[in-house]
Amino acid sequence: MYLGLIAAIVLPRRVRRGSAPADADGELVARLRAGEEDAFVALVARHNASMLRLASSLVPSRTLAEEVVQDTWVGVLRGLDGFAERSSFRTWLLRILVNRATTTGVRERRTIAVGDAGPVVDRARFDASGAWMSPPQHWVEESEERLLAQGLAGELNAALAALPDRQREVVMLRDVDGLSGQEVCAVLDISDANQRVLLHRGRSQLRQALEDELGGV
Amino acid sequence: MFWNQKELACQEMVELVTDYLEGALSRAQRRRFEAHLAGCENCTEYLRQMRVTIRATGSLAAEDMTAQMREELTELYRRWRAEEE
Repeated sequence: MYLGLIAAIVLPRRVRRGSAPADADGELVARLRAGEEDAFVALVARHNASMLRLASSLVPSRTLAEEVVQDTWVGVLRGLDGFAERSSFRTWLLRILVNRATTTGVRERRTIAVGDAGPVVDRARFDASGAWMSPPQHWVEESEERLLAQGLAGELNAALAALPDRQREVVMLRDVDGLSGQEVCAVLDISDANQRVLLHRGRSQLRQALEDELGGV
Repeated sequence: MFWNQKELACQEMVELVTDYLEGALSRAQRRRFEAHLAGCENCTEYLRQMRVTIRATGSLAAEDMTAQMREELTELYRRWRAEEE
């Protein structure tokens, strides 16, 4: 029930953003090809926030991130004729962005640091048989109000910012922007197995951050 | 075959939770995972928290585009159009 409540309040925005992007993009891309400025403005409105967020993770400053986003739109306009629609427009767009961010030389294409290989939950919380000794604190039910309160977004954003780059990028694309696993693999040029490991480590740390913030209520 | 019968420990469960949610477990692993959940309140709670975490992350609001950026991009489009012609 509380899940339903949280979903009702926090999800509409996500659902709006995530619903049928391919179809709407396809139509806008067709209109953009026909030279309609409105279609460009609409595509910018749909995608610019995700682009800026991803770019901010890829390059060290806000100014550079904005430059990368602008470069990406130039790349989109120039490359439009070559866009084969084998991938979704969003995947194509974000791939261009990752390439621009990489070629600015600010960031080298990193080898995939899947991360410290340690467990996602502190070993000390389990006994020798691997059973919970210090089980997850119950924060979901008790903390409903705080989950819905403004402060939580700040906590989550801070936890997201504290993740290693690759984990943050995967979690943002998957859980904030609503891309599929397959799309994320294409955008970041990583394997499905790596994508899942990064997602797992990132999400687990965010859960822990929420427990640290809300637990023991 | 025999390892399939072995009971999953909570510590293993927390490492498999994303693969479970992603549908990436084999059928045998999935069965073990669900058998463990059925008998473990703590892991059931853990899984619930992971789901709530994912939803909460999905609710993070995008920063609104600044008017300046909007204008710059529209300008960028017009310059490109002019060059094309």
